[in-house]
Amino acid sequence: MADTALAEQMTASLSQRAAAVRKGGSRDTVFHGFTLAAALLVLAIFIGLLGALIIGAMPAFKTFGWGFFTTSIWNPEAEKFGAVAPVYGTVISALIAMVIAVPVGIGIAIFLTEICPRALRRPIGIAVELLAGIPSIIYGIWGLFVFAPWFQEHIQSWVIDHLDGVPVLQDLFAGPPYGIGLFTAGFILSIMVLPFIAAVTRDVFETVPAMQKEAAYGLGCTTWEVMWRVVLPFARSGVVGGSMLALGRALGETMAVTFVIGNDHHIHESLFATATTISATIANEFAEAYGDLYHAALIELGLILFFITFLVLATAQLMLRALERRAGS
Amino acid sequence: MKKNNSLIMRRKAWNQVFLALSVAAAAFGILWLALILYELLSKGLGGLNMKVFTEITPAGNDEGGLANAIVGTLEITSLAVVLGTPVGLLAGTYLAEYGRHSWLANLIRFVNDILLSTPSILVGLFIWQIVVYNVPDSPIERTCVAILGPYCFLGHFSGIAGSFALAMIVIPVVVRTTENMLLLVPNGLREAAAALGAPRSNVIVTVTWRAARAGIVTGGLLAIARISGETAPLMFTVLGQNNWATDMTHEVAALPLIIYNFANSPYDSQHALAWAGALLITATVLTLSVVARLMQPKRS
Repeated sequence: MADTALAEQMTASLSQRAAAVRKGGSRDTVFHGFTLAAALLVLAIFIGLLGALIIGAMPAFKTFGWGFFTTSIWNPEAEKFGAVAPVYGTVISALIAMVIAVPVGIGIAIFLTEICPRALRRPIGIAVELLAGIPSIIYGIWGLFVFAPWFQEHIQSWVIDHLDGVPVLQDLFAGPPYGIGLFTAGFILSIMVLPFIAAVTRDVFETVPAMQKEAAYGLGCTTWEVMWRVVLPFARSGVVGGSMLALGRALGETMAVTFVIGNDHHIHESLFATATTISATIANEFAEAYGDLYHAALIELGLILFFITFLVLATAQLMLRALERRAGS
Repeated sequence: MKKNNSLIMRRKAWNQVFLALSVAAAAFGILWLALILYELLSKGLGGLNMKVFTEITPAGNDEGGLANAIVGTLEITSLAVVLGTPVGLLAGTYLAEYGRHSWLANLIRFVNDILLSTPSILVGLFIWQIVVYNVPDSPIERTCVAILGPYCFLGHFSGIAGSFALAMIVIPVVVRTTENMLLLVPNGLREAAAALGAPRSNVIVTVTWRAARAGIVTGGLLAIARISGETAPLMFTVLGQNNWATDMTHEVAALPLIIYNFANSPYDSQHALAWAGALLITATVLTLSVVARLMQPKRS
């Protein structure tokens, strides 16, 4: 009696176990399927984004052809559109931002890793990282209400007066001091990407093996020589990669720029003059755009921005990937 | 000997010069950032009072608050997080647990990192095209109206469209942090669970996810911080408005859009509200980042 009961129990538990294994197996398949679908959705979003921009830009491309990329006329009433002025503004404002932010960001990183008293390193480092997360609209309204008026009153007129007569510079920094304009936009962008560059650079500096730095100090190098000849060469690809990521942000930034650039489709020689960028043009005009062609022209601008930032970001990714592999091995 | 001495002097002098420049750079950068925070605090606190939370946005130079915009932003952000986080979590899990180094996983990783820094205004343009613009009078919209009736959100500006746009920004953030955090979980844990006979999905859900829980929550918080101040993706999806409107299938008020509009308005009372809103957003973002940082597990 007892034996048969035990045998029954065993066969029951065996079939139960088999059922459990089957159930687990099918649940595995379903779960794997869900994660794969989510991962493919990421890919689909990317392709959809690119596809929608291309399709949306088609009417403008059909009408203007390659001429869109070489004209600077922007006349919605006459339905004549060209991308040169916004592309110029986008590139120049981002370049101004990088010229200011990269050296200052590296300076902050050197300060944080070598000079700053140990007790202050963490607080200042954390503060810099937190600032990297502040939404760009905050930089925008600060630029509009605080920086532009101050800059106009105290810096711009002085610079214009004192550079008058200096070749090249008198043209680059000429014109009536509006406060807003290309330089102001670039400067605010530089403040915005600064915490980002500083944080990335500091992280890369910290991956430099202490042994290498100590060896250089042991040979009698000064702190600066260690930074310049040991730390920077070692960290070069990380610093360049991080700066490229920041450049990608600066190129596509909307809110920090739109407030202070002036939305002017004319290209001026002076950096103090008003201008426009791709994202500022879209932000300012898209909601009020009338007609399919106007919309399509703005979307084609967006497509150009997509390609520019894609190139910059892809390069940055590849450089940082290479660095990660090196750090991993 | 003398020549040697002068060389050392020169090197020391250059050292002093460049270190001084570094300190100056740090002071310059930190000065501007401190100035922004100072202005934000002084101007924002000046505009902040109870009315901000109880009254709706004013027209013209009247007094008013931001209550409708705060509620609208909470709605849009919550829906975006609800839509985006599960997708990001699952996709990150795929990259860390299943895909690892397959070509597909590498491609998705690359695309995800590009999406992470894609200009957010392009996300707005994308959602505008697929949800707002190309839809009217299409079979899709007719089906939507037939099923949802007045609740159909396709074919016009709506809070839901804004949530879609923000969800597209949430996903890459969550994917990245989830993958990073799952990769920190030691393989021994996975192997131990598998040796006990647990199916793979069980291992992931009850062991790996649980071990990486703090890090995954951190990713979610960072994603919320990232989208709570986003303005550009909402411009052509939510459009924004100044009335009480909690219906997400139509236009709602959103705090970043109100800040943008009020900052560009000629009225002082609206400027004050714009600063108050900016302070609210910054305080939210900084709080979320600090909490996320406190929760973040230490890297080995």
